[in-house]
Amino acid sequence: MSVLGIHRKLEENSGLLIFGILFVSAIGGLVQVLPSVFQDELVTPTSETQPYGPLELLGRDVYIREGCSTCHSQQVRPLLAEVKRYGPFSSAGESAYDRPFLWGSKRTGPDLHRVGAKYSDAWQRVHLIDPRSVVPNSIMPAYPWLAERAADPRENIQTRMRRLQMLGHPYSDDQIAQAPYLVSDKTELDAIVAYLGVLGDAAGSDGRMAH
Amino acid sequence: MTTDSSVYNDRVVTVLVVLSLVWAIAGMAAGVFIAAELVWPTIDMGQEWLSYGRVRTLHTNGVIFGFGVSALMATAFYSVQRTSHVTLFAPRLAWFCCIAWNLAVLAGGISLLAGWTSGKEYAELEWPFDIGITVVWLSFAVVFFGTIAKRKVKAIYVSNWFYGALIIVIAMLHVVNSMAIPISIDKSYSLFAGAQDAIVQWWYGHNAVGFLLTGGFLGMLYYFLPKQADRPIWSYRLSIVAFWAFTYSYIWAGPHHLHYNAIPEWVQSLGMVMSIILLAPSWATMVNGVMTVAGAWEKLKTDPAMKFIVLALAFYGLATFEGPMLSIKSVNVVSHFTDWTVGHVHSGALGWNAMITFGTFYFLVPRLVGAELYSVRLANIHFWLALAGTMLYILSMWGAGVSQGLLWLSLDELGELSYGFRDIMASMVPYYALRFVAGAVFLSGAILMFYNFVKTMENRTTVTRRIPEVQVASNAAEAVA
Repeated sequence: MSVLGIHRKLEENSGLLIFGILFVSAIGGLVQVLPSVFQDELVTPTSETQPYGPLELLGRDVYIREGCSTCHSQQVRPLLAEVKRYGPFSSAGESAYDRPFLWGSKRTGPDLHRVGAKYSDAWQRVHLIDPRSVVPNSIMPAYPWLAERAADPRENIQTRMRRLQMLGHPYSDDQIAQAPYLVSDKTELDAIVAYLGVLGDAAGSDGRMAH
Repeated sequence: MTTDSSVYNDRVVTVLVVLSLVWAIAGMAAGVFIAAELVWPTIDMGQEWLSYGRVRTLHTNGVIFGFGVSALMATAFYSVQRTSHVTLFAPRLAWFCCIAWNLAVLAGGISLLAGWTSGKEYAELEWPFDIGITVVWLSFAVVFFGTIAKRKVKAIYVSNWFYGALIIVIAMLHVVNSMAIPISIDKSYSLFAGAQDAIVQWWYGHNAVGFLLTGGFLGMLYYFLPKQADRPIWSYRLSIVAFWAFTYSYIWAGPHHLHYNAIPEWVQSLGMVMSIILLAPSWATMVNGVMTVAGAWEKLKTDPAMKFIVLALAFYGLATFEGPMLSIKSVNVVSHFTDWTVGHVHSGALGWNAMITFGTFYFLVPRLVGAELYSVRLANIHFWLALAGTMLYILSMWGAGVSQGLLWLSLDELGELSYGFRDIMASMVPYYALRFVAGAVFLSGAILMFYNFVKTMENRTTVTRRIPEVQVASNAAEAVA
């Protein structure tokens, strides 16, 4: 039977066609994606990588909500110019507690994976409320509302941590019990500044410091 | 709601076309707005609902899932009936798809502005919407494959393979990539973490481009191009080879979005090799399309629909050439994270997706309501606005992207960085201003089209068309031609 003859069968049987498409399109994912999903080294934290504290976790969720990752990457590539500009290049283990990952696809603004060590908390607060007061030609939006909102308005920080604990993040029951007290009088601005402050803390483990 | 099985069910098609047009205007307007924000950052007036990070996702979701998917549903429902010589299977379910999908995109769009987001690019809608979308998508599958199953033509025509691949593969990608643990109605944590999440996300993200924006719209091409050129597809054999090669190879290309990122080297390299291979089926389809038009060139002078479709083929060729080039690691090292990527996406989205949809709608709308197009002249003006807008957009983003990429990497003779990030960012103003103009030009063309269709459809309803008696066709190509 010729190839076209075999194909005729697919063309005349909708069930076969559906199966054929599913089979052919699944191969790539099975060979290329599935092994990575079971490769534990990819999500084994580096020795310096810590799970986010309650306030940092809330800050990270604000970062996600405001779409910061549409303009800022968190991924320093292993290139001389990038390491000079931003700091040690990123490793997989540093993102082990990142759900979702926030590596980004666009740098309208600079990469933030090592931003923690670069600016003080005070600078970050001013910059978030009014970016152009510290960076005159910045095109970043201002985020005045962050200062006016409680960091955990739904009081569900414990739910967040417990779900992550379920997924394997090493929070102790004690840490979860303490969490509400650590965030109760904080604003969203406090939270996101705390998050930005720890970005880059895990840099330098595994000997990746800039030479 | 017709249940007469001797006529085509076209009312749902008309409604989907109109909704698609509304989304085109809304989604593109959101795009023009965020383009303006990058030039005049204070026009959000400090309002969170107008903030770039939120409106950007409204733009991408509005154009891809509102404009794009509504157009794909409309054309799939229209063409699957005609290539099968039967009326739609489960017409009530087809209406459910139409209404529920558009409500989901509308409510989803509002939720994005309110800050509900999973943070995963092109899959931002949160878990309640993910579940809703899955239900609608499965209904779409039932209507589509149900219609094929009861067809009166022996062979399944090639446009239906592409629409079929769209439905099946997007279902697979969406379900896997959206897996998450809910925290509250508006928030969830991805089941995957870090590098694994990245690999799964770009398997999804790249193939949403592959099977929705490429495959789905190729289904549109394979039905409406031969119809308009009034000739069968040039090579049926080539379309078979191109289809399976496309379906097999596209899936592997995702990791080129993660070059030099913290994922295994072999995954990146394999992604690059398969992206380059992908050029072959992409261009095979383009050649097949161009050769189908060959011999019907004279229609280009008179038929605005044909102009759009031929131009769409040209941009399809450009974008599917540029894509593999950008996936080469030594090119990607410059282009990654820059506006070059944005330009590349828009050469596909404006040049290919929007143009082929416009061309198809200029063909389809007059036929649906049984009238002449209100103004061919307006359609011709739209054509030139669309072409000018797309070209300006691509050129401005090439300028911005290539300079960003090279300046970021530039080192002086002492091995120190030549330029600060802020200086490079500040030099983007002219490019971003030009991009805003480009978007506005493209949008104004779409508004003209909208007006043209409103006048065409004014005081008219969808024409009821009888299904012709089954002809004995020895293969699917003849059945359509």
